Amino acid sequence: MGTRSLNNPIAARLRLPGMRAESVFRKILVLSALAIVVLLTAIFLSLLLQSFPSLKVFGLSFFFSKTWDPVSSQFGALVFLVGTLLTSFLALLICLPFSLAISIFLGEYFREGSLSSFLKNVTELLAGIPSVIYGFWGLFVLVPIVRNLEMKLGVLPYGVGIFTASLILSVMIIPYAASIGREVIALVPSDIKEAAYSLGATRQEVITKIILPYARSGIIAGILLALGRALGETMAVTMVIGNSNFLPKSIFSPGNTLASVIANEFAEATGRLYLSSLIEIGLLLFLVTMIINIIGKYIIRKVSVEG
Amino acid sequence: MIKERKELGGSRMKNLFAFSLALILSIFSASTWAKGVELVGAGATFPYPLYSKMFDAYWRETGVKVNYQAIGSGGGIRQLMNMTVDFGGSDAFMNNDELAKAPAKILHIPICLGAVVLTYNLPGNPKLKFTPELIADILLGRIKKWSDRRIAEVNPVVGLPDIDIFVVHRSDGSGTTFVFTDYLSKVSREWERKVGRGKAVNWPGGLGAKGNPGVAGLIKQLPGTIGYVELVYAYQNGMPVASLMNKKGSFVRSSVASTTLAANVPLPDDTRISLTNTDAPEGYPVSSFTWILAYKEQAYKARSMEKAKELVRLLWWMTHQGQKYTESLHYAPLPAEAVKKVEKINKSITYNGDPILK
Repeated sequence: MGTRSLNNPIAARLRLPGMRAESVFRKILVLSALAIVVLLTAIFLSLLLQSFPSLKVFGLSFFFSKTWDPVSSQFGALVFLVGTLLTSFLALLICLPFSLAISIFLGEYFREGSLSSFLKNVTELLAGIPSVIYGFWGLFVLVPIVRNLEMKLGVLPYGVGIFTASLILSVMIIPYAASIGREVIALVPSDIKEAAYSLGATRQEVITKIILPYARSGIIAGILLALGRALGETMAVTMVIGNSNFLPKSIFSPGNTLASVIANEFAEATGRLYLSSLIEIGLLLFLVTMIINIIGKYIIRKVSVEG
Repeated sequence: MIKERKELGGSRMKNLFAFSLALILSIFSASTWAKGVELVGAGATFPYPLYSKMFDAYWRETGVKVNYQAIGSGGGIRQLMNMTVDFGGSDAFMNNDELAKAPAKILHIPICLGAVVLTYNLPGNPKLKFTPELIADILLGRIKKWSDRRIAEVNPVVGLPDIDIFVVHRSDGSGTTFVFTDYLSKVSREWERKVGRGKAVNWPGGLGAKGNPGVAGLIKQLPGTIGYVELVYAYQNGMPVASLMNKKGSFVRSSVASTTLAANVPLPDDTRISLTNTDAPEGYPVSSFTWILAYKEQAYKARSMEKAKELVRLLWWMTHQGQKYTESLHYAPLPAEAVKKVEKINKSITYNGDPILK
């Protein structure tokens, strides 16, 4: 312990009497780190425990049944699971080209200057807008636009639905993907880039062949964060998705998501099985987020070893 | 040694610690500042505007504070069952099963009436009339276009456009949905069998929106929609309201007066009655009481006699003097017969077995 704190340059500067403060400080850090683990486990366990009644009655069929009928106490989560995955991945797809473009622009082309910091702040401000405002904007601005589009396409012009929800989500998650992307792109060492330039590479070649491969794992981490945000987003989605408990026939159909059904029905849910089924939906959302995170971590490790 | 440690920033840390401790303590003590009796209630969102008006007026008159959290009827009932509030608010009465699960006898005290109205978005927003069969078939998805012959038969003068009907319903569980589906279950066998009544049901189709404002907002946004909202919201938003045919065969437009008239039927002593599709000849068919729920025996969980007394006084005031606030907020006041029943219920509330009001 003593030698360790002496090796620590800060502790060395403070000299020995700092040791006690140091150990207290360390203990606080360890405790905080442990608290996170305990908290996560506790949340998982309490979700699991409270969804027991529903797990017992419906078993695995909970995940494959598309009936959600509080009157006859028949509960299945398939519609919501599909809705959550569909909106999140569609949003990711829409957001990808924009967030990548923003990250390259701010990370490579305009790294400094007032225009750059202005753009950076505006992008980050997008993340700070409360989701209910996105929902309102979606309902009053996007819905009529999507409705016109749907009329031209000849599908039922609901205006609300999976597609509208994905559009809103994509705008909401752009800042997450973009700001991490920008940081990792800015971190690409300039000697590699200069080496490429000296070999006669064009700027575009440097971006596609040097910068993007080098920053790949970081960019993917940003996308992952964005996806996590999209999976759990509730308010904005519920305002424009149509909240219809049917499997969507197309991306223009109304649908529903895991987070949105919990938010909608929890307050008035009476009856043990009903409540427990809603909690099981929460458990499912928890698991989906976890699985996607684990897959993402795996991808990051894979690509960063290659890079 | 001690001196040295102080120099090393230990004192700064101690100061910080003391400061945060003081902050936490002051937050905790802030909740104990409020003095005197304060009644706490939780429940239905539907009567919330009325209740907050009433409680504000009551506070000015008597100095008794009432804190009402509009968390929804289900939440209100749960909190009352856990005995964490003095009273609960609910748009749907508790059924016998639910009452049997309660830790003690719960009383229902109706405060006012509300109506659920059909509203729509059509070019020019014509005044429309609907028969019960028509409503059921539209909601079951059997009538798909506004130009359907059956709608035109009831509304011969209005030329309706050839566009799709989109039904908008509540996506959140709510007393409004309960009242509306209760009505549909009474007028349509098929609805009762396929969907049934509840605060949230398995809708045969349509779009869901959260809360009355959500439904009203979506209807205003989408041409061709039809949906149900509380009377108040339709009025506040200047939306068209349909006339419905009641049980006696006359078309009634929803209004505060026709809602009160719906309760012009024999009431049970515990006031637990559904007021949809009643026999009242001039009553609006989709009406309902909204209730405050409280325990009959007030001496529970170490509650003081004073608190119990204040609760009974408040309930008396709300069902008498407080009624004058209903109409300006588009709620329907209790009819005279209901007030008589309420008085009896109020007098049956006890503290350690003794009636509180004498």
